[in-house]
Amino acid sequence: MNRPVLAVFPHPDDESFGKAGALALHAQEGTPITLICATSGQMGRRMGNPFFANRETLPLIREKELKDACEAIGIHDLRMWRLLDKTLQFEDPEELADRIFQVILEIRPFRIYTYYPEHGVHPDHDALAEATIRAASRLPLNERPEIYGSAFSKNCMEVLGPPDIIIDVSSVLDKKMAAIRAHRSQSEVMTKKIDEELAANAARKDEILASQMKEQFWTYRWPEELVTRR
Amino acid sequence: MQPINKADVQEKLNQLVNQDVYIHLETTTGSYACLQGEKAVSVCAYIRNGKVNYQRGQITGSGPYRVGLKMQDGWVYAEGLTDFEVMDGEKLLLAGHDDQGQLGIALQISPEPFKNDSGRE
Ligand SMILES: [Zn+2]
Repeated sequence: MNRPVLAVFPHPDDESFGKAGALALHAQEGTPITLICATSGQMGRRMGNPFFANRETLPLIREKELKDACEAIGIHDLRMWRLLDKTLQFEDPEELADRIFQVILEIRPFRIYTYYPEHGVHPDHDALAEATIRAASRLPLNERPEIYGSAFSKNCMEVLGPPDIIIDVSSVLDKKMAAIRAHRSQSEVMTKKIDEELAANAARKDEILASQMKEQFWTYRWPEELVTRR
Repeated sequence: MQPINKADVQEKLNQLVNQDVYIHLETTTGSYACLQGEKAVSVCAYIRNGKVNYQRGQITGSGPYRVGLKMQDGWVYAEGLTDFEVMDGEKLLLAGHDDQGQLGIALQISPEPFKNDSGRE
């Protein structure tokens, strides 16, 4: 059996936007995927378009959406922590790292998907990415999984350079779009636009979906102080 | 939720007066607002289960609406409210949504604390 991959994200839908294709390719190859989803996305602003959720019903709705998205991608090991959205940054980073480290020891992933620290824009993205780095750094350098970071801060190209990993996910595009659609409360604003364009120009399908066919990641570069085991 | 009916909201505000109630008060631009321009910032304020006791609760405006709660030592105030729902017969949920259905403000009042593990079935 292939060694597994681990995905560590704070919100239901982080695993789908910009990443569902890469994950679906793993699933297709028979690589087991474990997904840690740290919050229930309780603080999302999007409630559907037109809205169908409210502040109190949103977490349950988003958990259901997440399960459906995992089904579409082929993720069979989903760990929901149900912490409160937007508060990860205020938690003890060592405790977050402890929980992630336990999972790393349990499944021994060869690769971890998370956000690139300081380039995830949302404070939860950065906080959980930093905790993930902290957890992985507890292993000796040669035993650490490689870390594929997602970055979309305004200055990510300037600071990190261009992404070193670009994955063509066109062969699993249907699975990826199914995962994104599963997050209906969050994705409807975007998928409605795509559907309207597709309805008007069916022949231009490839062009309309072009931005979804490629996914990009930055391999995490260990800073000097984390090269040796702490 | 449904568009605010002023009389229904006022009636609920009156029912919850002069007793300890829990409020959820939130306003947010969303965490991605900072990507919108050079100087743009993301702004959010959030209180969940603040315990208050108000002597007067009033809804005003003709849509979007404002709600003010007058307390012995201060005020709670929310502006830009468009939709409401009475949940479980006792909780008053008020929210302001933009034309894309995105939430910009929420004010909720309940005699019991709002759940913090609503994800668990
Ligand atoms: Zn997120």
